[in-house]
Amino acid sequence: MADDTLPMANWLEKLANPEVFVRRTKPLIMPIGAAAAVLVIVGSALGLFFSPPDFRQGESVRIMYVHVPAAWLALQTYAAIAVASFVGFIWKHRLADVAARQMAPIGLLFTVLAIVTGALWGKVTWGVFWDWDPRLTSMLVLVFLYLGYIAVWQVIESEFVAARSAAILAMLGAVNLPIIKFSVDWWDSLHQKATVIREGGPKMPASMLWPLLIMALAYTLIFAFVTLLRVHTVLAEKRKTKPVRRASSATIEEAPATS
Amino acid sequence: MATPYEKRRQRKLFLTIVLPAFAGAVALSLVAISQTQVYAYAPSTLPSPQELGDRDVRLAGLVAEDSLRTGADTNVTFTITDGKAGVPVSFDGILPALVAENEGIIAQGKMGPDGIFRADNVLARHDENYEAPEVIKALEEAAEQGPAY
Repeated sequence: MADDTLPMANWLEKLANPEVFVRRTKPLIMPIGAAAAVLVIVGSALGLFFSPPDFRQGESVRIMYVHVPAAWLALQTYAAIAVASFVGFIWKHRLADVAARQMAPIGLLFTVLAIVTGALWGKVTWGVFWDWDPRLTSMLVLVFLYLGYIAVWQVIESEFVAARSAAILAMLGAVNLPIIKFSVDWWDSLHQKATVIREGGPKMPASMLWPLLIMALAYTLIFAFVTLLRVHTVLAEKRKTKPVRRASSATIEEAPATS
Repeated sequence: MATPYEKRRQRKLFLTIVLPAFAGAVALSLVAISQTQVYAYAPSTLPSPQELGDRDVRLAGLVAEDSLRTGADTNVTFTITDGKAGVPVSFDGILPALVAENEGIIAQGKMGPDGIFRADNVLARHDENYEAPEVIKALEEAAEQGPAY
């Protein structure tokens, strides 16, 4: 079966095996964590001390270096959960379900961080902590999607049923991602439009863009670091409790019909 | 327990009908929302005081040049403009620091029968452009001196 697939698909298929995944990714965890730590320090130093204030917002623009990467990662993490849920839902890859579940609290944290830092930034620039603006409201919806997703895993006892239900919620909830991204273009809003990811390039000097991109990379590495740690922990626990089980009963049940 | 065949059919049904139908329903709702709901009115799209009645609305635009006046105590008046129309606004309170003439603003409040918008709350709005102050200063100086050629 693996012979007629592309090398990339073949490689991914092997990685979907939890044991291969653990073996291959274990040496990556600590370097990723170390790189994340270095980049957070470099990015914060650049953002706080070696980048200019904004001509209108003054020093308060520095909140951006915490706020914007958090908001980006909040969306990226949800997108990753939706993709992993899709893979888990269709091909019943247990590793994809585990990864999706383990990413959710990280994404929730990024979303809350984006909202809290956004509120502080909003107070100094707009004059209010909160307003029912399309961008702010759709970000709040993302908080509830994350909470709902985590809750589904918590309340359904059967892991198989929980994985499927949570996957359906994650896939349906993904419609909120374009709404968040384009909320500032589709509707009039208090929140300004996109500065970096827009047609025609960033509307920001390089001295602000560099620290922002370094921070975004740092956040991404933090996300990868914590996700890998969490997935490895869960897989290790599962191995301890069910040492002989190689495949779920559902996979065996369906195996003859998939070819 | 559903048979494997039924399970596969359920999965196919979800992916081909439920998921696209849900996305379509959301897309239609969004179109409907954007046609009937506004976050804020621009001065040229603001309904007449009779139509608005006692409703709380947001009015968004730029603070018109030379319109920002400080009255007695904390009362301030200014005109919000969108280039096509202007609406006079009266506000009693402290303006956010970023409020300035020719800069974005949102006033939340009611339209008075006299055509003056009574704001309960004023928010500053800024656009997506970021720049260092020195660059803006240099640009302004260059503009004052006229073109270099």
